[in-house]
Amino acid sequence: MKLDLLTTLNADRAARRAVILLTDTETGAQRLIREAEIDQSDRPDLYRALIRAGRSRALKDEEGGGFANVMVPPAKLVLIGAVHISQALVPMARQLGYDVTVVDPRTAFATPERFPDVELLAEWPDDVLPDLGVDRWTAFCALTHDPKIDDPGLIHALRRDCFYIGALGSRKTHARRVERLTEAGLDAATIARIHAPIGLAVGAQSPAEIAVAILAQITGALRLAPEAA
Amino acid sequence: MSEVATTPIDDPLMLAERWRGEGRDVALATVVQTWGSAPRPIGSHLVIDSDGNFEGSVSGGCVEGAVIAEAVDVIDTGKPTTLEFGVADETAWRVGLSCGGKIKVFVEKVD
Repeated sequence: MKLDLLTTLNADRAARRAVILLTDTETGAQRLIREAEIDQSDRPDLYRALIRAGRSRALKDEEGGGFANVMVPPAKLVLIGAVHISQALVPMARQLGYDVTVVDPRTAFATPERFPDVELLAEWPDDVLPDLGVDRWTAFCALTHDPKIDDPGLIHALRRDCFYIGALGSRKTHARRVERLTEAGLDAATIARIHAPIGLAVGAQSPAEIAVAILAQITGALRLAPEAA
Repeated sequence: MSEVATTPIDDPLMLAERWRGEGRDVALATVVQTWGSAPRPIGSHLVIDSDGNFEGSVSGGCVEGAVIAEAVDVIDTGKPTTLEFGVADETAWRVGLSCGGKIKVFVEKVD
């Protein structure tokens, strides 16, 4: 590998950008496919599918052959709300490999006793989210039921283009949320990116079941092609 | 935030860049194919210098010795090579994978 290619590759990885390193294992020739440049590449569908799957593999001859090393940043999960559902969500999300952060300004909820072994910030979303590096590889859930806490978080997540954004609440609650976000200046297409009511419709009852429904929906957003999600 | 994948200490690609920057001759080994119960996933790296120092893992310890020896040759010649290891291969007995899996490792020089 050329040193300048390695340097570029490492800079992209450090900046949490997804890249694919294509190697001709016979000759050693290599090139880098950046996620942002896939549209202009030779095989956009293949490269998009590789990044969605997040797995490196040997390519078939009709795919160009050689080896595709797929490098995708570790996914993050930001939960607004140190609530009962979050208590169930944190360990499950960890099992799936997410770096989890819980944000809730209500100090009665955000206690280390209720949330051991996880990054827990008893602060307002507006104060802490800018430093959390919320990005395209972040899933974001607003779970407090309190617009004062949830809405600023959702607006931040929409601006940062999170791959998944979900908000707890009934259809009625969400309709009021849509009104507030519209008043805040967000357009309909942007607001429509919010999954609400949150989670796949599996009839979830308990906090743990709701956590499963949410993580299933997040997994779909990460792995499925947009038209299938 | 735990950014394991981009922490230079345990990230072979970051280490390869740093070692090369220090003027060391460096090779990079990558698992490019696995069959059966391979110990490390495809895409795993091992970085090696010409003195045989290494970091990372391509097999959890089973075949690293053989990869390192080959990497020193790759550093000399500059020519990349692909190595195969597996219990099915009689000659690989001494450096085979006890798990019964089979792996293919691509070794290249960083230059």
